[in-house]
Amino acid sequence: MSFLVLMGTVEQGLIYGLVALALLLSYRVLDIADLTVDGSFTLGAAVSAVLTLAGHPLLALVAAPLAGAAAGLITAVLQTKCRVAPILAGIITMTALYSINLMVMGNKANLTLLRKTTVFSLSEKVFGSQFAKLVPIALIAALCGIGVWLFLRTPLGLAVRATGDNRAMVEASSINPAYTTAVGLALANALVALAGAQLAQYQQFMEINTGTGMVVIGLASLIIGEVLLRQGGMGKRIALALGGAVIYRLIVAVALSASVSPSNLKLVSALIVAVAISAPTVRASFALSAKKRKAGALHARTK
Amino acid sequence: MLVLNEVSKTFYPDTVNEKRALGPLSLELKEGEFVTVIGGNGAGKSTLFNAIGGSFLVDEGQILLDGKDITYLPAYRRSREIGRILQDPMMGTAPHMTISENLTLAYMQCKRSHGFGIGKKEREEFREKLATLGLGLEDRMESPVGLLSGGQRQALTLLMAVLVPPKLLLLDEHTAALDPATAEKVLALTCETVREQKLTCMMITHHIESALRLGDRTLMLEDGHIVLDIAGEERAAMTVETLLVKFRKSLDNDRMLLS
Repeated sequence: MSFLVLMGTVEQGLIYGLVALALLLSYRVLDIADLTVDGSFTLGAAVSAVLTLAGHPLLALVAAPLAGAAAGLITAVLQTKCRVAPILAGIITMTALYSINLMVMGNKANLTLLRKTTVFSLSEKVFGSQFAKLVPIALIAALCGIGVWLFLRTPLGLAVRATGDNRAMVEASSINPAYTTAVGLALANALVALAGAQLAQYQQFMEINTGTGMVVIGLASLIIGEVLLRQGGMGKRIALALGGAVIYRLIVAVALSASVSPSNLKLVSALIVAVAISAPTVRASFALSAKKRKAGALHARTK
Repeated sequence: MLVLNEVSKTFYPDTVNEKRALGPLSLELKEGEFVTVIGGNGAGKSTLFNAIGGSFLVDEGQILLDGKDITYLPAYRRSREIGRILQDPMMGTAPHMTISENLTLAYMQCKRSHGFGIGKKEREEFREKLATLGLGLEDRMESPVGLLSGGQRQALTLLMAVLVPPKLLLLDEHTAALDPATAEKVLALTCETVREQKLTCMMITHHIESALRLGDRTLMLEDGHIVLDIAGEERAAMTVETLLVKFRKSLDNDRMLLS
């Protein structure tokens, strides 16, 4: 793998790292499988592309997370105020977003940003062509990581953590779970949309299906990071969510260079997630049957 | 302090399962009063606490706390002034958060403070308070609460509930799920804390002897009504036997006789 390919992989990894970070918030901290992500990623990309086409690439990186937060908020309201099951709430928002994304894109299925001023063409003037992409991407990833870490230390952040950890306790305390869920999902989807926004400008292209399967890709990244660290504080978990996404991209790059068809990539991600999540249970059941066998053998001998 | 005015609650109204669980019931608590609540299963003890705590809204009547009408206030808003501890030790703490994070959460929620975490001063304060529990928790502040035993968790829940003294503390059989020795310890700790901080407190217990011995007033509930309300000399003269004879029916369940 050449240095350039490696750098590109790290860049993409750090962009997708925000999705992993978002899932750390929603899936791990809040304990909600939030499927809004597929839609809010595309939403972020669409908002970013449209604003970049209009000549506001920097504004795009502010507007996209706001749009994403709004999407997360809708899912949260469906869950907490309308009592829609969490998974279904995400699916509803995601489905609605498909139409909304098309609307944002002016009813086109894809947008091209070739020869338009992007954040990266702007940063080229400051950091030179070699690091034009890596520097802003790494900066945004670091800021988001530190931001999430700090947020989870605030009273509100601790309340969000408690909401996912012990719902019964939160309901009997002075925390309003509807509020903490809304804050958590809005923040998570803002991060997702920011990832989408960067990707659109990075690839100078986006299409309506950009976000499809993003939940699984994000989860795969998150789980890869978690495999590396069984236990640890929030800071480490955040760093590993970002790192896991980079490793995931490396795996993808290796697979592609080994001429695996890109169309199989989602199958690979799905397998990584399914295997990684079920591994502890499968391992435990193997251990149990081994124990039973051993006990059986012992029993036979004493007879 | 706490005033309940003709409060009533019916579950499943207009169905065959309709059940009047509470009242109409009136009650007045004085500042700093420690009230023990007894009654058979289904007498409405927990329902009374749930009504005060806001787990549901009452059908009729009015609930005042410190002169403020809280009848329609949602539970999480009442929790700023009403601390609750339930029977299940798993309910009061967040298992994957550390002892110090749990305390920080309780502390900051009540103080309505902002900022990033706690300072050295608060940390030292938590440490001292944990040390008073006598469970060695002060040296395990960075351990996840899920690793603690039920008794330790319940003691921590108590500490969290009174870290910033609430106006009213509701204890719903909070020692019932603990082994006898631990239950004794948590109960002693409770009484000490209530006395020390001069908290207004209501405690449900199935243990008649301790209901009469602890606190300064005892209520007995039956079918959602207060059938006995004693304090002072009358209470001091009351014995478990008299109570059992007098209220054979309402107290006649195995759990009470065995205790």
